[in-house]
Amino acid sequence: MGLQAIFFYLFAFIAVASAFMVISAKNPVHSVLFLILVFFNAAGLFLLTGAEFLAMILLVVYIGAVAVLFLFVVMMLDIDFAELRSGVLQYAPIGMLVGLIVAAELVVVIGGSVLTPEAAKAITMPIPNPASRTNTAALGDVLYTNYVYFFQIAGLVLLVAMIGAIVLTLRHRTNIKRQDVSKQVARTPATAVEVVKVKPGQGV
Amino acid sequence: MDSFFSIYVWPGIVMVAQSLLLLVCLLVFIAYVLLADRKIWAAVQLRRGPNVVGPFGLFQSFADLLKFVFKEPVIPAGANKAVFLLAPLVAVLLALSTWAVVPLADGWVIANINVGILYIFAISSLEVYGIIMGGWASNSKYPFLGALRSAAQMVSYEVSIGFVIVTVLLCVGSLNLTDIVNAQHDGLGTRMGLPASFLDWHWLALFPMFVVFFISALAETNRPPFDLPEAESELVAGFMVEYGSSPYMMFMLGEYAAVCLMCALTTILFLGGWLPPVDIWLLNWVPGIVWFMLKSMLVFFMFAMVKAFVPRYRYDQLMRLGWKIFLPLSLAMVVITAFVLKLAGWA
Repeated sequence: MGLQAIFFYLFAFIAVASAFMVISAKNPVHSVLFLILVFFNAAGLFLLTGAEFLAMILLVVYIGAVAVLFLFVVMMLDIDFAELRSGVLQYAPIGMLVGLIVAAELVVVIGGSVLTPEAAKAITMPIPNPASRTNTAALGDVLYTNYVYFFQIAGLVLLVAMIGAIVLTLRHRTNIKRQDVSKQVARTPATAVEVVKVKPGQGV
Repeated sequence: MDSFFSIYVWPGIVMVAQSLLLLVCLLVFIAYVLLADRKIWAAVQLRRGPNVVGPFGLFQSFADLLKFVFKEPVIPAGANKAVFLLAPLVAVLLALSTWAVVPLADGWVIANINVGILYIFAISSLEVYGIIMGGWASNSKYPFLGALRSAAQMVSYEVSIGFVIVTVLLCVGSLNLTDIVNAQHDGLGTRMGLPASFLDWHWLALFPMFVVFFISALAETNRPPFDLPEAESELVAGFMVEYGSSPYMMFMLGEYAAVCLMCALTTILFLGGWLPPVDIWLLNWVPGIVWFMLKSMLVFFMFAMVKAFVPRYRYDQLMRLGWKIFLPLSLAMVVITAFVLKLAGWA
């Protein structure tokens, strides 16, 4: 108890409340802003459990990059709010089903760890002492040794996805002038300037 | 009850007092940084700059503060009121909150956390929200264009800043800012047999990264020549068009707090933080905070000079510089640094 509990309830309450606001806000930009608040509080919860590295990565990746793109797209699109909200009830059963499945999974996971505490001992990796090893270093220890192939494969999947996105959206127009900086820099007065002696009254 | 007091209340009071002291010093410092910026700019253009309020215009920033505070804030009729007022608050709060982890001298830090550099990186990547929210909530063309430009610009340059930080971290082996400074006690100079000096700091060993970091810091804080979000010749004042009085002042304050932070970060990462330039008793006797301030101000002087004499970039040139030059360069430097450290056995 004490300060930790107060902060836990603070972060958890704001996270749940703003998660509700994400789906109930009328304006999609407000929804995204509330989503950012959810991420922020999730980072706070990570910090409380001592996962400082995950908290900071959540801030950098999700809020600093993903949510910026989200906001970008939502702001740029010309959305008809009334039309967007008309089909809410139609999707309610599917939404409830997804929620139910997630809730069931949570019950299974948490219930399992409560009923069989010895299952946690099955972890083969030694857990380093938090006082002597920061969790950034501890994560690095396993990520680049035991799980290096999985890590590389995950990176490869992301690379393929990135190339795919570029290929799908690349549109190379041929009939426009493009700037080639190296060509510009390589130009010398000898190739660029022609000195013409113009005699009076004759022109070039 | 006694333990409750000694565990929670007293440390809480100390922390609040420390934070307030830092904030007050920082705000006064920013007031003079702003003045210095204007004075340097004026000197380059052979003008006098602000010289009326107080001796040599020393109180100009405070006069400006009063002027901004006493003006009426105007909120456009079509604006999204809550987001419009939230945006400058977000900008200034985030910019000031990063200072919690900056070590001003050995042990002079409010929160000496393990992931200090990641914290700064994370919070400064959030600063873009103040700009986007302000631009969107103004509900007008120029602010919106400015906000879009700024979002793309800041996300692009964060990538290369991230890789530069990774290169430094490879040499240090810790994400703690105090450790990063202490690691610069010995470096290139001491390996060559010289006594500890400014040659050990990372600026020499990682010189290309120092340059990349400086330029990226300019772009990240929307300083000229990368001030495209507020390019007055194209966008009037960009995302700040609709802002006036105190909200505008908060944007300005946030911007300068971010600039000062980038100067401090350059000092910590590359210029040896509070370490004296040469390890002799006379310079060691000078308090670390003095060295830290001197180095930060030197970096700020470079920021101000760049503002004074470099013309503004075009937007496509800015993107080309970020993605096609800085990103491959910094990525290559990460790999090269890792190889050198491993092969030389220094890691």
